[in-house]
Amino acid sequence: MSKAPEAAGAGHATRSYPPRPAAVYFYATCLVDMFVPEAGMDAIALLEREGIRVIFPDNQTCCGQPAYTSGFPDEARQVVESQLDLFPGDYPIVVPSGSCGGMIRWNWEKVVANDPALKARAAAIAERTFEFAEFLVHVLDFKRPDQGPALTVALHTSCSARREMGTLLVGRELLARLGNVTLAIHDHESECCGFGGTFSLKHPDVSTAMVSDKVASIKATGACQMVTADCGCMLNITQRAAREDQDAGRASASLPGEHLATFLLRRTGGSTT
Amino acid sequence: MSAQANTAGKDAGQPIAFVSAQALRARMHDAVNDPHLRTSFRGAMDFLMAKRAAQFPDANELDSLRSLSESIRQYSLSKLPDLLEQLEANLTRNGVQVHWAETPDEANAIMLDIARRHQAKLIVKGKSMVSEEIEFNHAMEAAGVGALESDMGEYIVQLAGEKPSHIIMPAIHQTKQQIAKLFAEHIPGVTYTDNVDALIQIGRRVLREKFEIADVGLSGVNFAVAETGTLCLVENEGNGRMCTTVPKVHIAITGIEKVVEKLEHVAPLFSILTRSATGQAVSTYFNMISGPRRGEDKDGPEEVHLVLLDNGRSQAYADEQLRKTLQCIRCGACMNHCPVYTRIGGHAYGTTYPGPIGKIVSPHMMGLEQTHLLPTASSLCGACGEVCPVKIPIPELLIRLRGEANSEPHANPAMVGQGAGHSALVSFVWRMWARVHARPGSYRAFSWLATRFRAFTPKRQGGWTAARMPLQPAPRRLRDMVKDRR
Repeated sequence: MSKAPEAAGAGHATRSYPPRPAAVYFYATCLVDMFVPEAGMDAIALLEREGIRVIFPDNQTCCGQPAYTSGFPDEARQVVESQLDLFPGDYPIVVPSGSCGGMIRWNWEKVVANDPALKARAAAIAERTFEFAEFLVHVLDFKRPDQGPALTVALHTSCSARREMGTLLVGRELLARLGNVTLAIHDHESECCGFGGTFSLKHPDVSTAMVSDKVASIKATGACQMVTADCGCMLNITQRAAREDQDAGRASASLPGEHLATFLLRRTGGSTT
Repeated sequence: MSAQANTAGKDAGQPIAFVSAQALRARMHDAVNDPHLRTSFRGAMDFLMAKRAAQFPDANELDSLRSLSESIRQYSLSKLPDLLEQLEANLTRNGVQVHWAETPDEANAIMLDIARRHQAKLIVKGKSMVSEEIEFNHAMEAAGVGALESDMGEYIVQLAGEKPSHIIMPAIHQTKQQIAKLFAEHIPGVTYTDNVDALIQIGRRVLREKFEIADVGLSGVNFAVAETGTLCLVENEGNGRMCTTVPKVHIAITGIEKVVEKLEHVAPLFSILTRSATGQAVSTYFNMISGPRRGEDKDGPEEVHLVLLDNGRSQAYADEQLRKTLQCIRCGACMNHCPVYTRIGGHAYGTTYPGPIGKIVSPHMMGLEQTHLLPTASSLCGACGEVCPVKIPIPELLIRLRGEANSEPHANPAMVGQGAGHSALVSFVWRMWARVHARPGSYRAFSWLATRFRAFTPKRQGGWTAARMPLQPAPRRLRDMVKDRR
């Protein structure tokens, strides 16, 4: 059996990046807000440490992706319309999630396409929306000395980050800039982890088969943890691994996961706790 | 021998027991829990992905080839009604008889009629997915006419009484041991051997005899060229050429979307087809059929027919977005790269066309009533769209079909069976979801409650907790933590 080729994820044509801004809007996403707030705090801390003022629009809720991908375009539109007022200044918008970033960048426009004025606003927002890792590399050129011990990690890039935002390489680049961190590429690295939002609820059999394979291939690298910039995939993979741990009677997590922001902040001597 | 070889056809005489697509979940469950299926499909798909990747070492070249192919297909579709008329006129001028069929039944009736006029007892077939789509073999057997597959994979599948599990490699789910057993059981005088070369030789010997005695040859069409009235056929085994030249009558059948305007449009599509499908720079055979045998010709059929089948395609055509479905050139790359297909194989889909393309094309052929679950069986990872040689935005179309299935039935629907997946409860949940998330105040209240009362989060969370630890909101929201700092 031959090994599958590693798909780089063509992503979209390279975009142009703005100069370092004085401030950014931080669009946390509902998952980070309610389930993984420490990832949001760490991302904000990282940005502020680079001298960027971070604006957290209080009226942010959700990018509308769950309804959009589930085939409820009207419901998605209502939510997207409520989010178009959040960014009055012309600062970049940073999103710590490839899939929510992809939703804003490519689909907000489609969702409100029936109203030309809203469509134009959504398009303008899309132009200045950046995935977190992409922003660190291409706008801030993030380089801080690695202060942690030697460590081997696996990187999971979400399908949206890879294909919609084209951020596979920036995630790798950020890890490569950490002197003591070795990146282990797992088997079928480019394959989906099986989350897919409501897919994991509607088709648990196939979703479980996919995430179990993903957990096994990451563990097979011997990496002591996984890093990812998407909380949906992160929760999918770590909660599956935790279930396997429970079923096997293991007391400690065999595959811990962290958001890339948390990992980067810790490795470069920062802390929010 | 011949009686035995027809057993295959006799088995297929029964309607193929292909359970309705609504039983999709049960079939998927069985498939993912079949370790043999999981291993064999993973291995086969890895092999095919590697073969394709080796054909496209340069990402920029690949992207420009895909763009060119997309343009050719979109251009052809934009002129489809005109091109079909032009194709008919030029084929007629070349001596090919053209027939139009709206439904599978009409197509089968047309072909049965041709077969009967020639008192045909046996039709030998080259590979044709459209003939699978209309259950041609079954229709012919029911009318007392034998239909024998001559593509090796299709022949195996027919012997086993199955449908193809892949559009390019129909018998990919069968191991050589299973094939050896089939041959030993069904072909007289054959003893069990799982030597692949020996098996191929056995198959060839059986089929060679059939080509000689068949009254009609049937084939599919990869590209129909309107300007010249030419039918192009891509194949590797040479059986397609046998089917289209040896019997006295050749019937070709294809979907109405397969037409291109000019001969020069074929070359880029042909090249990207074989490279995407099997990772071949070029196929072993490329046939161009421009009419029946002419006076001085030494071989070739005396009659050539083309059946153009609609079967839901004009429904897809009528909608600007859904029309992109018809760009497909049937390479199968989407299934080779699909993490769902890799885990469940082709049969679990319950449709003629499996995998991502099957999910977007079957609803037009079968209606959403039977197929509305298919578009939900995708994580929308986008691997299919990324490799599609004609850039069909498959994930976008899956989302559209989900919406068509979810919506309340309304007048003038874009699709037959629109609203088939509608559930008042699910729609209500999404309406509530939108109310909460479209009003920042409601969301703040909801998220405050969800975090404050996290201890009350249900421990059973549907499909999620089938194999994962439950999710629980954090003790405090990010927005609370952000406020605290300031």
